Amino acid sequence: MAAQEMTGAEIVIKALVDQGVDTIFGYPGGAVLPIYDALFQQQKIRHILVRHEQAAVHAAEGYARSTGKPGVVLVTSGPGATNAVTGLTDALMDSIPLVCITGQVPTHLIGTDAFQEADTVGITRPCTKHNWLVRSADDLGRIMHEAFYVATNGRPGPVVIDIPKDVQFQKADYLAPQNVVHKTYRPRVKGDIEQIRAAVELIAKAKKPVFYTGGGVVNSGPSASLLLREFVRLTGFPITSTLMGLGAYPASDGQWLGMLGMHGTYEANLAMHDADLIICVGARFDDRVTGNVAAFSPNAKKIHIDIDPSSINKNVKVDIAIIGDCAHVLEDMLRIYKAKAARPEKTALARWWEQIEAWRGKRSLAYKASDDIIKPQYAIERLCALTRGPDTYITTEVGQHQMWAAQHYHFDEPNHWMTSGGLGTMGYGFPAAIGAQIAHPDALVIDIAGEASIQMNIQELSTAIQFMLPVKIFILNNSYMGMVRQWQELLHGGRYSHSYSDALPDFVKLAEAYGAVGIRAEKPGELDDKIREMIAVKKPVIFDCVVDRFENCYPMIPSGAGHHEMILGDDPEAATVTEEGKMLV
Amino acid sequence: MTIQDKIERHTLAVLVDNEAGVLARVIGLFAGRGYNIESLTVAEVDQAEHMSRITVVTRGTPMVIEQIRAQLERLVPVHKVVDLTADRPSIEREMALVKVAGIGEKRVEALRLSEAFRARVVDTTHASFIFEVTGAPEKIDAFVALMRPLGLVDVSRTGVVAIARGAEAM
Repeated sequence: MAAQEMTGAEIVIKALVDQGVDTIFGYPGGAVLPIYDALFQQQKIRHILVRHEQAAVHAAEGYARSTGKPGVVLVTSGPGATNAVTGLTDALMDSIPLVCITGQVPTHLIGTDAFQEADTVGITRPCTKHNWLVRSADDLGRIMHEAFYVATNGRPGPVVIDIPKDVQFQKADYLAPQNVVHKTYRPRVKGDIEQIRAAVELIAKAKKPVFYTGGGVVNSGPSASLLLREFVRLTGFPITSTLMGLGAYPASDGQWLGMLGMHGTYEANLAMHDADLIICVGARFDDRVTGNVAAFSPNAKKIHIDIDPSSINKNVKVDIAIIGDCAHVLEDMLRIYKAKAARPEKTALARWWEQIEAWRGKRSLAYKASDDIIKPQYAIERLCALTRGPDTYITTEVGQHQMWAAQHYHFDEPNHWMTSGGLGTMGYGFPAAIGAQIAHPDALVIDIAGEASIQMNIQELSTAIQFMLPVKIFILNNSYMGMVRQWQELLHGGRYSHSYSDALPDFVKLAEAYGAVGIRAEKPGELDDKIREMIAVKKPVIFDCVVDRFENCYPMIPSGAGHHEMILGDDPEAATVTEEGKMLV
Repeated sequence: MTIQDKIERHTLAVLVDNEAGVLARVIGLFAGRGYNIESLTVAEVDQAEHMSRITVVTRGTPMVIEQIRAQLERLVPVHKVVDLTADRPSIEREMALVKVAGIGEKRVEALRLSEAFRARVVDTTHASFIFEVTGAPEKIDAFVALMRPLGLVDVSRTGVVAIARGAEAM
């Protein structure tokens, strides 16, 4: 294909279009004005103006996670780039594909502490999968295409392209993307067949197996979820998932044990602890999941499927490691399993299910109902009952409400649940909901929030109004940074140091001030009607759901404890945390 | 401590694109994840292909060493990582420039010892020598220790470079 000469700014836009991008999230500033000018003169790319660069990145994450496509961000140099850092780190931890374009001071000013100069590639090196400082427009087209390749291939992640202002004006040849093999980055997609065979051998012999799946299944695409469902049903094994993997397997299915980990269900965690075989698909044995590693699943053989070799044996030593994309590996595994005569022993599996049913019988997510005060769990239950569906997308902030949402809102499809799992970023949920709503204009998008988290990116109400996005913010308002308070109660003698949400705004009036709608519910009896009212409003809504102030999130594995040492409810005796446990977060 | 937890010293060879920031990526990875760097050397080894070779000596349990290797391999500009301690027999060398100042008996003794280490004198004044000494890191340690009482003034070491034995490339 013949090269076309154009300016750096035009190359950026052309490369985005050639990469299939139709929406970007950004905020202008001095060092990206040429790109904004090029944006002004075209029709193919829609720009969503946020009110803070962090929100641009989270919105792009919500867009990416709800569509499976990479999210794109455009911000200026200096503070524009540094504000994006939290979002980039969030995307890195949760493996979300993002391309973030940052403006930079002109090349001749780099290193002079110029106005709005920051060492963006230096600052973002540890919080991106890769980054580039583009020193010449001649390299720009190639780097743009390479950036999309790196962000979306292998374990997905965020990348940054830092473009000095003079490079945006400079003229150079542009070449359309081609199918070139990357010089160094060629992640393995197909799993090793011998390892897969060995895994199938273990699966066929298992007596107390459990599938433990994660965000990797969602990232692998819809076919991975379908293959997982087929394989799980074929084996008859129980399945649990991490926070990030919710929806890959339907929560309405009988083989589903609920989420595992620190606030996972009793049956999921006990199954992990007592299992003789763990089949980990696209999860990474992180500390929220394992609890005390020394006490983690002592008798299980472990199979680990992951696209990132560095996830293997990082926290937990496994017996069989299969490097590859979940969908590809599951496809091979399913084929080999189907062709094999041996099947797990039925009676052993039946005994295992009997045991699991006994654990289920503990009803670890149960809570004390109330007639005059809204229990946060009840609020999520009702929200789920009234809004659950294939066209509903849920995002969350971080804290107790997030865990209650994970426990009590049940997901049947992948890509419908967006939460900040790895980094735990308060302020993630609302902009992520904006991103999801942009991608799915007719869907019901709800940010389940806390009154503390929501204030971290509340300014985005303005974005929601400008772009007519009917995002719903469902605040479980307990006037506390609830999870902080819960830990202070558990570990610090109930000394609630700075965890009270003092001087809260009137959220109803706040919504109205932005031109949105505010609704408040204070009694269990009015909850359903008000939720229906919220759904009916075709505008952004803040739903201020005033809940029990002192409810804690259970069950819980106290920090430093093992899966078998769960606390089921408010029981001060049970909640003993070791000195070592206190050190953990 | 089980055998799994035993701390081992490993020498890794890392072939990278010689592009801006690549060394910062490698060092940042070690610093950010709390890995040890005992020694690190880097230089371009293929000008036509713009490739550099980094030799890094590190310490850790086998699990940590495996992690370091996997983490290095996932950096985009990294072509290849070879664990020269685990994968195959290899040779390690380090070079040092050692400045010793003194007169009389000590000066004579320093010169005599340098011969035993096959060190070369690369600079001399009436009151000083600079020795160039090459060998395994332990040999350099020993030489430096011997020079200390004889008027050691300055040491500059290259850090370890290493290569696998035999006919194959890394």
